[in-house]
Amino acid sequence: MRWFWYASPQTFFPLAGTIARWSGIAAAVLALVGLYIGFFVAPTDAQQGEAYRIIFIHVPAAWMSMFIYVVMAFWAGLGLALNTRLSGMMASALAPTGALFTFIALWTGALWGRPTWGTYWVWGDARLMSELILLFLYFGFMALHAAIEDPRRADRAAGLLALVGVVNVPIIYWSVKWWNTLHQGASVSLTAAPKMAATMLTGMLVMALAFWMYSIAAAMLRVRCIIRERGA
Amino acid sequence: MLAAARTLVCRDLRVALRRRSDVATALLFFVVVTSLFPLGIGAEPNQLRAIAPGVIWVAALLSSMLSLPRLFEADHADGTLEQMLLGAAPLGVTAAAKALAHWLVSGLPLALIAPLLALQYDLPAELYGVLVLSLLLGTPVLSLIGAIGAALTLGLRGGGVLLALLVLPLYAPVLIMGAGAVEMAAAGLGGHGQLLILGAMLIVAAAFAPWATAAALRIASE
Repeated sequence: MRWFWYASPQTFFPLAGTIARWSGIAAAVLALVGLYIGFFVAPTDAQQGEAYRIIFIHVPAAWMSMFIYVVMAFWAGLGLALNTRLSGMMASALAPTGALFTFIALWTGALWGRPTWGTYWVWGDARLMSELILLFLYFGFMALHAAIEDPRRADRAAGLLALVGVVNVPIIYWSVKWWNTLHQGASVSLTAAPKMAATMLTGMLVMALAFWMYSIAAAMLRVRCIIRERGA
Repeated sequence: MLAAARTLVCRDLRVALRRRSDVATALLFFVVVTSLFPLGIGAEPNQLRAIAPGVIWVAALLSSMLSLPRLFEADHADGTLEQMLLGAAPLGVTAAAKALAHWLVSGLPLALIAPLLALQYDLPAELYGVLVLSLLLGTPVLSLIGAIGAALTLGLRGGGVLLALLVLPLYAPVLIMGAGAVEMAAAGLGGHGQLLILGAMLIVAAAFAPWATAAALRIASE
């Protein structure tokens, strides 16, 4: 395999278009199937009623928000190590999608929290706090990239920040989790939920795949714009 | 190598001494911010005693961050930084020396003045030791992580605000452990665990942050 054949933006440009088209179609189909399972097939939850159905959006969005940050850091690291132009473009193409999913996860979490916990926002939950900090990390990455005129320097500087961030994300999650146990007992807990019905799990996995395909499509379209923008 | 680092620290300290007002401003900011909290929250002593560790730590965080833009700015402007990049000493060591100097000027005074603020907040006297120790262990981490941010935003428009956005989320674990140590001690459980974790964070940051700073400095001066 000639891995580096597609490392050049010119040769990658048409491939990105093909990938974007097919993953876009896959995302639409999977989202339709996932939403159908979520809204019509999955049973009503005994404790939470219909409000729980938001997890079909919420949980996949939260997964993707973290996964995209890792992928972004991977491209950033590759760009710093091999000095390839496309890696930096991929990292900056992924950032807005990651931030979007982080925001969706927080927003749907708040909407779910209102009927279930009785409040939109709980400062004590470790996952909530680390998602919020993750959103700030995405914003920091994009702000730093936007502040630097020279795109190559912007790629490298933002890439370094992404690497520093990815080392910190587990530390942040773990320390917030510890902080949570100090401040507040287990009055609200997601992990203690009863076992999920198989259809619920299926719906969630299908939606996760749909979001995954959507992320690929969005990143590919954005990387095409970036390639054109930089005139490569 | 160590001689170069020592020279650099001494030089930075001398520069800071010649511009005493800069150091004093950051320290005054720390005092002013902590004095503003009771005005906003109310003078109820029990409440103030409960929030004191958090307030002092957040103020220390902001104060330490406020002086970060100066870390490389002057050296960047007059070309000293380029000489450091070309110099024989490894850039990581140079970055570590700069962070150490920043801490001596901006972190250490905070830790020393903190008992006075704790006195104002009516914190029990036996907690002063934990508070000072947590600041002594935690503020160097802030300087080390902050140096990465300062190097990344070097020479950018609106660098100061951007620096805050980049660095503050990364400060969260230090804040949690620092304020947590004092709160645990206040609850009678002893803050040893948190202090040990802060120490571990310091070791990890001291080992890795200077190299990230060095990489950022190379990117900034391309």
